Amino acid sequence: MAGKLAWGFVLVLAVLHYDFWYWDDRTLVFGFVPIGLFYQAMISLLAGLAWFLVVRFAWPSKIEEWAAEG
Amino acid sequence: MTPALIQAGQAAEAASLTPLLVVGGYLGLLLILGFVSTRFFRGTSNDYFVATRSIGPFMLLMSVFGTTMTAFALVGSTGKSYEFGVGVYGLMASTSGIVHSLVFFLVGIKLWAIGKRHNYVTQIQYFRGRFQSNALGYVLFPILVALIIPYLLIGLIGAGAVAKAVTRGMFPDTFDGGAVPPWLTGLVVSGVVLFYVFLGGVRSAAWANTFQTCVFMVMGVVAFFLIANKLGGVQAASEQLLANAPEHAAREGMIGHWQFLSYAFIPLSVGMFPHLFQHWLTARSAKTFRLTTVAHPIFIMIVWAPCILIGVWAAGAGIEVPTANAILPKTVVTLVQQPVITGLLTAGILAAIMSSLDSQFVCLGTMFSNDVVLHLAGKDRFTDAQKLWLGRGFIVFVVAVTYVLSLLYPGNVFDLGVWSFSGFASLFPLVFAAVYWRRVTAAGALASVLVMAAVWIYFFWSGLEAEGEYLVFGLMPVTFIFLASIATLVVVSLLTRPPNAEVVDRFFAK
Repeated sequence: MAGKLAWGFVLVLAVLHYDFWYWDDRTLVFGFVPIGLFYQAMISLLAGLAWFLVVRFAWPSKIEEWAAEG
Repeated sequence: MTPALIQAGQAAEAASLTPLLVVGGYLGLLLILGFVSTRFFRGTSNDYFVATRSIGPFMLLMSVFGTTMTAFALVGSTGKSYEFGVGVYGLMASTSGIVHSLVFFLVGIKLWAIGKRHNYVTQIQYFRGRFQSNALGYVLFPILVALIIPYLLIGLIGAGAVAKAVTRGMFPDTFDGGAVPPWLTGLVVSGVVLFYVFLGGVRSAAWANTFQTCVFMVMGVVAFFLIANKLGGVQAASEQLLANAPEHAAREGMIGHWQFLSYAFIPLSVGMFPHLFQHWLTARSAKTFRLTTVAHPIFIMIVWAPCILIGVWAAGAGIEVPTANAILPKTVVTLVQQPVITGLLTAGILAAIMSSLDSQFVCLGTMFSNDVVLHLAGKDRFTDAQKLWLGRGFIVFVVAVTYVLSLLYPGNVFDLGVWSFSGFASLFPLVFAAVYWRRVTAAGALASVLVMAAVWIYFFWSGLEAEGEYLVFGLMPVTFIFLASIATLVVVSLLTRPPNAEVVDRFFAK
């Protein structure tokens, strides 16, 4: 179940990556980062978290032994 | 700093030799590291081609990231944002953060396991075994080589352009314009890379990539803060952007919605890069991939976000360049005006370039040795020492051919990059089906590769005369090449006899 939720998180990020609502927004976050760039940088950071959860909860556990059979 | 002041700065570039000495120091360190890494070389062809599958998590992360990030990561990203604004990050970087790790997790780990189980060292060995088809190997080999050549040229020509921009005025009596000419930069860069990969193969490339990745990541961040400081601070730089080039602060009018969405196909190319496949095979275990999968998107952000801001700030500051890709070295030379820092930043750019070149040189040498000579003559015909020297000989051959091609190619090499990536991305259905779809057939695979090549050539020729980004109905051409490839693969596979179950079983875990 946790593995499926982790994959769900990745899928949500992939969908949210298309941020059409900021397409024409020139607001500066912290006074210097255009909001479109700030949002996408946050997507990158959250992608790191999402992949951590996938690696933690959806790891292909038997692949090591299968590879070692050789 | 106002645009007028910047124009004045452009007219008064430094001719100090210090930047060149700093770059020389960096190349010297790289040679020493390359020599030290050969102390760990085990003297076998297996160690030369796949480092005896012994690379740990940190070195795999650094070598995979360093190999993936080419000259485009620093020079191209800055140039693209100078041209198209901040939307370039979402277009190329954050998409890659999701898709690259997806490919590492779903395809990379599987291929590592298959490679270890069957003792493969190249992609084509895998496809020949998986589909029991020599024909597929013969068709795929020239396509992979043809797609990787522009990728190599991006590195060598990019290095020449950067060195020329940074050394302008240093040698007024020796070279045209007083700058180090591209032929000399290409010769030095090729020579340094050849030195360490010739001696230690993929293990030396992994060591060098680890060092080079550290260098270009640190120098990208340093460039960001130095340039921001010279523009009056980050807030002043961004306010200047909104005042002088507001269109660069958003995507409206710069990047189309369908272009943005269809660009997501491009990062799938990492699934078919032969040099990345070879790095995957060097991993000590499947668990080695964990750090690479998690850290890759964060590393992309660390490198790309500062470069994107530098590009749009340069547009706001009114810095002018003949081609967009010259904007990073031009901004550094114009604004920073500290020879040591200029040298360090140049070393950072060269590090990004060379960390891809070395893996590609080793990879092509490995492919020529294993997929052509050993395949045709038979593995048992050569001793292990002969296989090792065969690999070394082909690496020298590949470096020499690439260098000569870099002298002959006249165009904007970065324009070729997206075509190279489009080709590799459109081959992704082949590797994904090979790993996950038992019903895929050799005929389907062969037809898919041939159709991909035909559609790619059609769009490439159609796009030659295009001004700016070439789009078809607002979409990246890769969309149509990819769809043609996947449709052919599925339809032909379903229309032909299923593959031998015994053969397929050898490639799928129970």
